[in-house]
Amino acid sequence: MSDLFDLTGTVVLVTGASRGIGRDIAETLAKQGAVVVGTATSASGAESITDYLSAHGGRGAVLDVSNADSVDQLMAELKGSVGLPTVLVNNAGITNDKLLMRMNLDDWQQVINTNLSSIYLMSKACIRGMMKAKTGRIINIGSVIGDMGNPGQCNYAAAKAGLIGFSKSLAREVGSRGITVNVVAPGYIQTDMTDELDAAQRDSLLQQVPLQRLGTTQDIAQAVLFLASGAGAYITGETIHVNGGMYMS
Amino acid sequence: MSDVENKVKEIVVEQLDLDVEVSELSNSSSFVDDLGADSLDTVELVMALEEEFECEIPEEDAEKITTVQQAIDYVTENA
Repeated sequence: MSDLFDLTGTVVLVTGASRGIGRDIAETLAKQGAVVVGTATSASGAESITDYLSAHGGRGAVLDVSNADSVDQLMAELKGSVGLPTVLVNNAGITNDKLLMRMNLDDWQQVINTNLSSIYLMSKACIRGMMKAKTGRIINIGSVIGDMGNPGQCNYAAAKAGLIGFSKSLAREVGSRGITVNVVAPGYIQTDMTDELDAAQRDSLLQQVPLQRLGTTQDIAQAVLFLASGAGAYITGETIHVNGGMYMS
Repeated sequence: MSDVENKVKEIVVEQLDLDVEVSELSNSSSFVDDLGADSLDTVELVMALEEEFECEIPEEDAEKITTVQQAIDYVTENA
């Protein structure tokens, strides 16, 4: 049974891996034997990734997921070192919350570029290697907000809903090559972001969650591991909600 | 058989996973109608040609390459 989750020798690329959910995904997959390259926007972020991945044979790399040249550069570098990834985890994302009436075009485009256009760029860059390998896993990190909506997050919700349609379409395009494309949609997860909430905000949040706790980064990483491994081989175009029951699709 | 012709045919046989010898592949074969390629196969084929002959084949040209001979002609003229 444990062999089902073995990733020995698999080259994995995780974007936004310097902290939070991305870091836990990178570590979890690395512990299963994968050669993980985690990306961060800054050199110091990339170094911190190398610090926690080097024991497992992985490392950090600098990448701007919304910049085509930066993506090309990284892929060329990977091709010449660890090889092209057959598992891609599109995790990097940002928020820039404002009510629509206060949201200017830059606020909108910044979030769409980083959270949605990045998925187009990264998937396109990785798909050729996966087609050649005749196997591949693309796992896009969505959000419960993509399904539920949230005031102040029109840009974020649009991007996170958009990646679901992207994933379903690409899943249909490349299924014949043994490549799966799925979404893991976290609910409220304990990270730097939710640590800022006060007790009252926290309580009202938890009232919406049947399992009565915030999610952990491990809860998300395990769902990603499931999809990345042999255990999830027959699942494609699907969204797995990991949210303690706060939203049931 | 010219070098280009031979190389193109090798790529076609490999990409489309054909069970024929390179020498047996007819120049008039259509990738889709005769060789069983799907749309993804034809995209992969064009990408393999680009890689082998170090050229970039624009989308509007790629659409017109539907037979072995057309691929040979295109590469001969453009690479």
